[in-house]
Amino acid sequence: MNILNTVGVAPYMIVSAILFAIGLFGIFASRKNLIVILMSIELMLLSANLNLIAFSSAFENLTGQVMVMFTLTVAAAESAIGLAIVMVYYRNRHSVEVQDTTMMKG
Amino acid sequence: MNWTLAIPEIVLSISGLIILLWGAIQKKGNAFFPCAIVSIAAFIAVGFLTLTVSNGVGYHGLFINDEFARYMKLLIIIAGFLCIILSIDFNGKNDTNCFEFIALIVFSTVGAMVMVSSNDLMTLYMGLELSSLALYILCAIDRKNVFSAESGVKYFILGSVASGILLYGISMIYGFSGGMGYENIHHVIASDHGLSAGFAIGLVFVLVGLCFKISAVPFHMWTPDVYQGAPTPVTTFLSTAPKFAAFALFLRLMVGPFGHLAPQWQMLIEVIAILSIIIGSVGAIAQTNIKRMMAYSSISHMGYALVGLAAATPEGITGTLIYLTTYLFMNVGTFAVIAAMSRKGHMVENINDLAGLGKTDPGIATAMAIFMFSMAGVPPLAGFFGKFLVFKAALAADLYTLTIIGLLASAVGAFFYLRIVKIMFFDKAAEALDKRSLSLSFITFSMGTITVVFLLFLSPMLQMGQIAAQSLFQ
Repeated sequence: MNILNTVGVAPYMIVSAILFAIGLFGIFASRKNLIVILMSIELMLLSANLNLIAFSSAFENLTGQVMVMFTLTVAAAESAIGLAIVMVYYRNRHSVEVQDTTMMKG
Repeated sequence: MNWTLAIPEIVLSISGLIILLWGAIQKKGNAFFPCAIVSIAAFIAVGFLTLTVSNGVGYHGLFINDEFARYMKLLIIIAGFLCIILSIDFNGKNDTNCFEFIALIVFSTVGAMVMVSSNDLMTLYMGLELSSLALYILCAIDRKNVFSAESGVKYFILGSVASGILLYGISMIYGFSGGMGYENIHHVIASDHGLSAGFAIGLVFVLVGLCFKISAVPFHMWTPDVYQGAPTPVTTFLSTAPKFAAFALFLRLMVGPFGHLAPQWQMLIEVIAILSIIIGSVGAIAQTNIKRMMAYSSISHMGYALVGLAAATPEGITGTLIYLTTYLFMNVGTFAVIAAMSRKGHMVENINDLAGLGKTDPGIATAMAIFMFSMAGVPPLAGFFGKFLVFKAALAADLYTLTIIGLLASAVGAFFYLRIVKIMFFDKAAEALDKRSLSLSFITFSMGTITVVFLLFLSPMLQMGQIAAQSLFQ
């Protein structure tokens, strides 16, 4: 029995919206550490995935789930690249604080 | 299922993989130069394949090939090709001559081509990520340079946020229309009179993601920093191929699936265009670093190109296509001059370093002056025709405010372009720049020639642009 039939799709959307908001907040409001930002980006991508799965299950249409497979792959590649770039940055600057990314301004 | 539609993309991906493999198994010597030659051959071959491949929809409606896609793909391939040539000598001097550079440019080009051919939000997202992920690495490829690393970090964070927002938008559109294909979205919009709130949120989120990619105001903050920090060949690529791809998506989405909402989004595009033109032109005035100045200049160019979309007519789209074509040639030429700016083996990037270039190296100074006049929109150079066509279309669509503000701002823009000409020819000569390398001279002079004689190609270009724009409106 599909649990969506009993609770509907709305709770999933609310949870996903909250996750998305936490992700955005983590990037724009906290401004502390690049690693925290990487985690927040991951959270944003996952919130969209939750949406896609809930809709896909509600419509009984596989498109959303196929999209989630692609998104997960992309998210993995993205975090690998993100960590590599942060490593390169750390070697040059010996810091991963957001407030230190001020070499270029204007 | 017609897989032959994607042959150009498939061939280019395989060449990228071959380059990667060859570079990895190469034990002795540096594989950069042979890889560059292979990629140049691949770009030429793929250019011809793109011209010959048939039109149609394939891969269960995920992929579309039409005249518009062909036009934009050719622009993207030319951008990748020129960028590789530009990098051959530059990267050797600046210690970034690793074969990964070539492979990443090739993969980013593939991603941009997939974006152009997307007929479904899934293809859009995958193409966008393929193109962006390669670019994040390219920005940080000068590993020992703190500026390059910082530009990589900034581009990565802001770019990922934009694609996160885009993905959330896609999930909302899927949820409120039941599918991801452009045709499906078109039907939902055409049938439903009251647009549901969730669908509208999704639409806005997707637009925000695309605005970020073309660096339109208010999503332009990353542009100056990333342009300044990234190595010059990467900046050249960044300011052309991915922008063309995002622009192609913008045009395809707006005219196709969202075509019925034109009265609603026209206003939005108008505001974005005006803001981009003004902020780009005004922001460039205060810059002392030439790459930052070019970043602001590219913001304003994107604004001008959006004017054609704001008109929402086939003439406007034709204007935008011609504008992007002329932008490609002027922009690559300017960046080739910037790449040639070095003293005693070190890159110099200040505008004042160009002082007296008219005396020390008249050839390259003349080319730079041509690009600057063209960007300012002086007839009969290439840049003039792009501006003329978009504003003509805007006037025909009764967008008077937009046209007046655009023309006034282009007068402001002329100030900082002409200032460079003044510095080069009338200021006291600074120490001469290093002797320029062969590949940079080649790019500078061929782009300069195209910019000057663009008038001769204008009527065939216009014809191609019109056919491309018409295919979008069907």
